[in-house]
Amino acid sequence: MRPILMKGHERPLTFLKYNREGDLLFSCAKDHNPTVWFADNGERLGTYRGHNGAVWCCDVSRDSMLLITASADQSVKLWNVQTGAQLYTFSFNSPARSVDFSVGDKFAVITTDPFMGVTSAINVKNIADDPSQQSGESMLTITGPTGRINRAVWGPLNKTIISAGEDSVIRIWDSETGKLLKESDPEVGHKKPITSLTKSADGSHFLTGSLDKSAKLWDTRNLTLIKTYATERPVNAVTMSPLLDHVVLGGGQDASSVTTTDHRAGKFEAKFYDKVLQEEIGGVKGHFGPINALAFNPDGESFSSGGEDGYVRLHHFDPDYFNIKI
Amino acid sequence: MGEISLNELEARADAAGIDLSQIDLDSIQLPPGDDFGIISDDEDVYQEEQMDFDYGLGNTIVVDNLPVVPKEKFDKLEGVVRKIYSQIGVIKEDGLWMPVDPDTHKTLGYCFIEYNTPQEAELAKEKTNGYKLDRAHIFAVNMIEDFNRFMKVPDEWAPPEIRPYVPGENLQKWLTDEKARDQFVIRAGSDTEVFWNDARHLKPDPVYKRAYWTESFVQRSPLGTYLATVHRQGAAVWGGASTFNRLMRYAHPQVKLIDFSPGEKYLVTYSSHEPSNPRDANRVVINIFDVRTGKVMRDFKGSADEFAIGGTGGVAGVSWPVFKWGGGKDDKYFAKIGKNMISVYETESFSLVDKKSLKAESVVDFSWSPTDPILALFVPELGGGNQPARVSLIQIPSKEELRQKNLFSVSDCKLYWQSNGDYLAVKADRYTKTKKSTYTGFELFRIKERDIPIEVLELDNKNDKIIAFAWEPKGHRFAVIHGDSPRPDVSFYSMRTAHNTGRVSKLTTLKGKQANALFWSPSGRYIILAGLKGFNGQLEFYNVDELETMATAEHFTATDIEWDPTGRYVATSVTSVHHEMENGFNIWSFNGKLLYRILKDHFFQFLWRPRPPSFLSPEKEEEIAKNLKKYSKKYEAEDQDVSLLLSEQDREKRRMLKDEWEKWVSEWKRLHEEEKLLRQMLRDGEASDEEEEYEAKEVEVEELLDVSEEVLFEFGQD
Repeated sequence: MRPILMKGHERPLTFLKYNREGDLLFSCAKDHNPTVWFADNGERLGTYRGHNGAVWCCDVSRDSMLLITASADQSVKLWNVQTGAQLYTFSFNSPARSVDFSVGDKFAVITTDPFMGVTSAINVKNIADDPSQQSGESMLTITGPTGRINRAVWGPLNKTIISAGEDSVIRIWDSETGKLLKESDPEVGHKKPITSLTKSADGSHFLTGSLDKSAKLWDTRNLTLIKTYATERPVNAVTMSPLLDHVVLGGGQDASSVTTTDHRAGKFEAKFYDKVLQEEIGGVKGHFGPINALAFNPDGESFSSGGEDGYVRLHHFDPDYFNIKI
Repeated sequence: MGEISLNELEARADAAGIDLSQIDLDSIQLPPGDDFGIISDDEDVYQEEQMDFDYGLGNTIVVDNLPVVPKEKFDKLEGVVRKIYSQIGVIKEDGLWMPVDPDTHKTLGYCFIEYNTPQEAELAKEKTNGYKLDRAHIFAVNMIEDFNRFMKVPDEWAPPEIRPYVPGENLQKWLTDEKARDQFVIRAGSDTEVFWNDARHLKPDPVYKRAYWTESFVQRSPLGTYLATVHRQGAAVWGGASTFNRLMRYAHPQVKLIDFSPGEKYLVTYSSHEPSNPRDANRVVINIFDVRTGKVMRDFKGSADEFAIGGTGGVAGVSWPVFKWGGGKDDKYFAKIGKNMISVYETESFSLVDKKSLKAESVVDFSWSPTDPILALFVPELGGGNQPARVSLIQIPSKEELRQKNLFSVSDCKLYWQSNGDYLAVKADRYTKTKKSTYTGFELFRIKERDIPIEVLELDNKNDKIIAFAWEPKGHRFAVIHGDSPRPDVSFYSMRTAHNTGRVSKLTTLKGKQANALFWSPSGRYIILAGLKGFNGQLEFYNVDELETMATAEHFTATDIEWDPTGRYVATSVTSVHHEMENGFNIWSFNGKLLYRILKDHFFQFLWRPRPPSFLSPEKEEEIAKNLKKYSKKYEAEDQDVSLLLSEQDREKRRMLKDEWEKWVSEWKRLHEEEKLLRQMLRDGEASDEEEEYEAKEVEVEELLDVSEEVLFEFGQD
């Protein structure tokens, strides 16, 4: 089916997130306004105004009431999804890179960038039931990894935190004590910065994308490398189908060198791979810049991609897609 | 060097409180790039030279037979010596030392001079050995390292040790591959790897891999026997029956370029050295080695000007190869172009043929027939057009002119030999009447026919620019790309036609092709019209016998195309010279079917291993071609077996992967189930887990969800 082009952002997209029901799609971009769309027809519902810098990441609570956004303006904000009202602002002394709500939405893990002598950090915040009771105190702060931590998410039962970033190592931390539990094996792990990390719907495994032109599938509990998907381009974004054994990789050559080569050289395609056989199934073209964000609708029947070109492309699958045999 | 004995090591370990037996040596990681004084086996031969470098003795000469002078005249003598030797190069500070007898205060009649570079020292030795200061004092100049070397010669003659005979390896072993596969070598990153092209299995089959095998590039000898690597200290060749062993080394410091003679008997190496005086031209050193013995057969040294194109100076670069080999596979002659002459050497004595260079006023280009000792040379127009340009064919060693053709108002000429030496095509760019533009025509020489008839060929539209020209290997046809970019035409011509053998005739013209390069199959008949660079790797596989296109394809941003020596497969590659994206290579069948594709970051080089010419006579080859059906049966059966095996393996692999995945999934499912209650608690008892992603039937999932939600809620209220 023809994709729906959603032109609402003025700057490159950075992150996409569906709510649990899959009826809303939240998009973050380098312009300062996270946006919410109807995931079915691409109609824009509204924007969340208040950030003063690029917005790198967001998450939405299970009941779709609360939105959390991480921004380069050194703040993380909580929003009322329905009204767009700002509920609370966590202030940091360096840009915030990623956010993730825990199971139960009582905690959020926030990563902050290294900035002006401040090292990168993983922060755990308590999220109050009543926003007026919200405090800005960190329950836990983990430092250690060098370079940016591009993504940190909760492990099973909120017992662990999984982080990945510029030093190309995936780490599992104890979410109570902040102790380092596991590190990915450098022999089999990524060779270049990890740009993205997505958990499976049940949280049992996760997929990482890296500039080393590959994506890797890991077990969440013991950090065993299960699969590797090799591609021809740096990978900026990854997602996997909740319905079929498919993974999707997005990326493309660095935006700064796009203008010097033919548009085909960029390979700005969302590439579909068979999750089990690790073979390429197909690709979805369309963006004219690298793909920075990918997300699957929880129903598995559509996915969206966000590009350096500022567009969100919403793809509903044709019936043929569900009959792919390889 | 930092070698220590085992005893010392143990003593040291004891002192440090380390139990050596408890150490896992493999776990020790040494900082990269440091050899800790341990010499790799690649370096032993060069060790001596390197030592000299350390002590700087390579730059030092000894000048003997100086006058013996008293103290008063010391300064004067030193002044004279300094004057002579600083003309040749820059003497190091305190680099001139004239020893004095401590008793008599007289000089001892010799001195030492240290230069900045070994090249200068060498030059000084060459130039001043035998220099007459006056009748009684004729300089004897030697390198100090020669002294050292000759001092080491034992006084007693010892009979040389006779080494037991070791049978040589079969260097042609690769030709006997049962599956008749071809080898290729690739260079990517720091690794150099040799593979079989296993087209049947649609993948390369590794033979040998080595990191840092070469310091700049690798080169194949023309008959495929050797693989040459280039290092700071010189070149080396590798080969062997099953793997790659070093067969010989050729010491040539800072070697830049190498070239094999067509019969791979000789190896020419080239280096260029910065002069100490920046106004001078670079010094060029060329060595010709015997490939098998490693002996230097002849060396050439001089300023870069002498080796520049046309010998005219002013041209900065040296065109490589400087020496062109002639006389076919026998490696009998080699020649270089000089100012107003061509110097032809013969390999029996490594000296000039007839002791004289071939005089040719203002010659700018020459080339050898690929098979016969015939030189073609081109002299441009002289005297503002009063003397026409000239192409002549000269027989070596008689230096007899076989044929000559004058060409009028020609601006430039290019010479193209057909691979059997049957034909020579001269592409001549001529001025139009106004002299404002040029047009192109061809002069075609039939070398093997009586009196060497010449035919003039003009294109249908004679204003067309010629973009590429190529003879069919071993054949009688040629292809030309002509016209204007971006959609030039491609024409095919034949030197023979059915009824009139002595005339060139056009076979066909293909209009508007995105092509800028021609790649004939080595066995002829098939050609690839390629659009490299600006055309982004367009490929058209064309059958010239049938005059039809077999396939069109694209290897995006392809930079290089190379046929395998048998003409069965083609490799197209994207090297990292232009950009870092999409580096790697594709292997195609001759008719344009993509067989496999390998991606490699930092991909530099792809080279097929050449094959020596076939021993089959043309008659025998024809017979095989006629009975191809009979022979091919066996191979077709083999192909079938392989493809069955492949699909079987593939199925097996898939089954394994699926099984393995199932195991993971069931484990996850179990854990997920186990943690269900805990998860619920985290959610304040709200809602169980939603969709079970292990079931693809979505409807069923939703129903489950609804039911469970209601039930639990009621529990909570009770």
